[in-house]
Amino acid sequence: MSLYQLQKFLYVLNRDQASQRRYRDEIHELLNDFDLTDEERQALVEGDIGLLYVLGVNGQILMHFAAFLGIEWFDYLELMREGIRKHGPVRAGVYAMTGGGERFTQEEKTR
Amino acid sequence: MSLVYAGVLSHAPGITGRADLVRDVSIRNEFYEKLDRQRKEIEEMQPDVLVVVAAEHFANFFMNNMPAFCVGIGEEHAGPIEDPEWLKIPYTTVPGNADLGNRLCTEIMKSVDVAYAEEWKLDHGIMVPLHFLTPRYDLPVIPVNINCQGPPLAPLHRVWAFGQALKRACGTVPERVAVVGTGGISHWPATPDSGKINAEWDVEFLDRLRRADKKALLSYTDEATYREAGQGGFEIRTFIAAAAAAGGPLNLQFYTAKLPIFAVGCTVGRFEIL
Ligand SMILES: [Fe+2]
Repeated sequence: MSLYQLQKFLYVLNRDQASQRRYRDEIHELLNDFDLTDEERQALVEGDIGLLYVLGVNGQILMHFAAFLGIEWFDYLELMREGIRKHGPVRAGVYAMTGGGERFTQEEKTR
Repeated sequence: MSLVYAGVLSHAPGITGRADLVRDVSIRNEFYEKLDRQRKEIEEMQPDVLVVVAAEHFANFFMNNMPAFCVGIGEEHAGPIEDPEWLKIPYTTVPGNADLGNRLCTEIMKSVDVAYAEEWKLDHGIMVPLHFLTPRYDLPVIPVNINCQGPPLAPLHRVWAFGQALKRACGTVPERVAVVGTGGISHWPATPDSGKINAEWDVEFLDRLRRADKKALLSYTDEATYREAGQGGFEIRTFIAAAAAAGGPLNLQFYTAKLPIFAVGCTVGRFEIL
């Protein structure tokens, strides 16, 4: 249930400018609208892409959140890999890492 | 009138958002040229509306109430929901066609249960196609969504039935309707594997479209697609729906796996309408 709430928070944030303002101005009040664990709350407050990825947030939701936070593309990919290194494999959902941490583009390999 | 154009194209956000990161500029530009040719081909058919059969990415629908199929019948739609700087497409409002959307939806419902929505936010899944196909955002758009994000997913034979219902619906209205299906083939989008492409799998899938081989197209299982083509592979539904609407073989106008920075095998094609 909790992953559902976690993703719902991000879904609402990603598509709603009023929630985006609240994320910046009063994040704790905004978080109170959702039934989240302490770990999830912290990951959202800190914008911890790696942990959110490992918790199973759908990549499309996570990618839009990373864009909202202003994270550059290759940094976004690396943050997810770091999350795997730190917390282990993705725990739920269909967005597991299957490439063993490999970089799949020349552009990233030689950035 | 009826269906006057049916085609497919890719929609990955990198196609616009990461354009400047591309090393192989010549193949990128060839892709853009093919998309521009697709724009001209659509314009030549003088459509009154563009139906975009898309696989949205949580711009409108969530797991609280996820439709398998949904038709956007609003007066207008706006997007992108993503940071416009990130997608490199400015925020804009796109005209819809509520009256035609209603009529198409009513016809489709005679054979397939679809949801409808008078409110629709556009994400990269529709904004990227429109950026190339209607760059002035002046052609009315009817967005259609097929849930491709995660299971439970509509089975492929129902996707085919939806495409056929769309075609039949187009045949009942006086307007000229263009349809594009926009998805990825094999890809692992928004994961650390972004850029991974199973080109062999893509070529086989595209070949099935080229042969208009319904049986082969509908034989994919979601388990095998996930394993071989990634979670992005679920988006073949949009191509299959467009194929069913067209009824004829695909003329593949462009495909490359050489732009992995766009995180998808980049595709442009047009169906023969039968
Ligand atoms: Fe997509």
